[in-house]
Amino acid sequence: MDASSLMGSSSDAPTSGEHRMGTTIVGVCYNGGVVLAADSRTSTGMYVANRASDKISQLTDNVYVCRSGSAADTQVISDYVRYFLHQHTIQSGQPATVKVASNLVRLLAYQNKSMLQAGMIVGGWDKYEGGQIYSVPLGGTILRQPFAIGGSGSSYLYGLMDHEWRDGMTQEEAEKFVVKVVSLAIARDGASGGVVRTVTINADGVKRSFHPGNKLPLWHEELEPQNSLLDILAAGNPDAMVQ
Amino acid sequence: MDGSHANAAAAAAGGGEGTQRTLNPYVTGNSVIAMKYKDGVIMACDTGASYGSTLRYKSVERIKAVGKHSLIGASGEFSDFQEILRYLDELTLSDHMWDDGNSLGPKEIHAYLTRVMYNRRNKFDPLWNSLVLGGVKKGPKGDEKYLGMVNMIGTHFEENHIATGFGNHMAVPILRGEWREDLTFEEAVKLIEKCLLVLLYRDRSSINKFQIAKITTEGSTIYPPYALKTNWGFAAFENPSQGAVGTW
Repeated sequence: MDASSLMGSSSDAPTSGEHRMGTTIVGVCYNGGVVLAADSRTSTGMYVANRASDKISQLTDNVYVCRSGSAADTQVISDYVRYFLHQHTIQSGQPATVKVASNLVRLLAYQNKSMLQAGMIVGGWDKYEGGQIYSVPLGGTILRQPFAIGGSGSSYLYGLMDHEWRDGMTQEEAEKFVVKVVSLAIARDGASGGVVRTVTINADGVKRSFHPGNKLPLWHEELEPQNSLLDILAAGNPDAMVQ
Repeated sequence: MDGSHANAAAAAAGGGEGTQRTLNPYVTGNSVIAMKYKDGVIMACDTGASYGSTLRYKSVERIKAVGKHSLIGASGEFSDFQEILRYLDELTLSDHMWDDGNSLGPKEIHAYLTRVMYNRRNKFDPLWNSLVLGGVKKGPKGDEKYLGMVNMIGTHFEENHIATGFGNHMAVPILRGEWREDLTFEEAVKLIEKCLLVLLYRDRSSINKFQIAKITTEGSTIYPPYALKTNWGFAAFENPSQGAVGTW
């Protein structure tokens, strides 16, 4: 059974077809809250329909969700969950817990499993359990984890996370870590790209960050971007390839 | 195994707008092995859940206690197992609310699950699991041990030893040869570990992190996860292509 075909490629014509978020999404817990991160590429077949999408959507003041899979499906799911949580907050008189938010996501994903292609990571902070990350993959399983990865780009991250993940990072370490991790996936996954967006959620609130594509670290076989060849030549001593 | 029967049925099921479907599983758990022993029932599985060929989740609990008298272990689609646990919560809660001094035993839970699984299958909308139900309850003849299984098409039976998934092929022959009525806890653990090890060697989707659980008249105990040592020290493993170049 090939699960990867569900996330990445589409058999539609190269520039039409449903909007999919190939995607790399990541969520990690650190010692005061959570950091969610995602790339920003939405593709229809081979064409990049949106190179600066926002795949991290707000569900409540303190809970956000990373979306991967079908753009339409995940947008509708987050819209419904936002709506339900809004009512829940009014009725209970206090912010919804991360557990409740993720279980609502799970409910929609599970009960409509035959119609949806949505892999989501729910992350947030509440006063009862602090920072929490819940994974809701295809099928509607729900699993709480210290960190979670998802989307087609996540295939390239399993080994990296096994090697480099540590519990109890500081906020700065966690933010640097997720940017590094998503940018490594972008380097290898055609369906991921663009900028890295991060959302940090803790007791003090929410902080959104933006890491543009041209500010990400360079990896193997990637070169320092230039304005033009002419600049290289002008600088003298270019690496001459052919005489 | 699990998928083959339902796939044949899927070809026949047209399914119009709004009707349900025979799906593919996404996040799947592996084999569960269980057997009766002197004091009750012992059950074991690994703590992995795969996503296709990826060993995606490595700390998953696939054996849970149900009420006071039973253990349930599941292989197959994990989201369906989570839903089954919710159904069982409802069942055990209303049982408790009767407040009549009686509580559902493993035989009753097994019968309930069989009905759920079979009826879903008849609607071409199965819960994609193989469930193992074990427990001990006082009956007319004293403490009665119970062990049974039910799968996604509704096939169900009782046995002294059960294995699901790959375990059907690899563990059941071992159990048929070595199981006895009066196994002590230590002997049962050793026998189950023998089966777990063979599955670790030969089942591509298994991982080296296991959970063993037992249920006796005292109640259920689910032990913390642990790993087993594997043996690769055979001379024939070190240089297999020496005598026959190109061999595998």
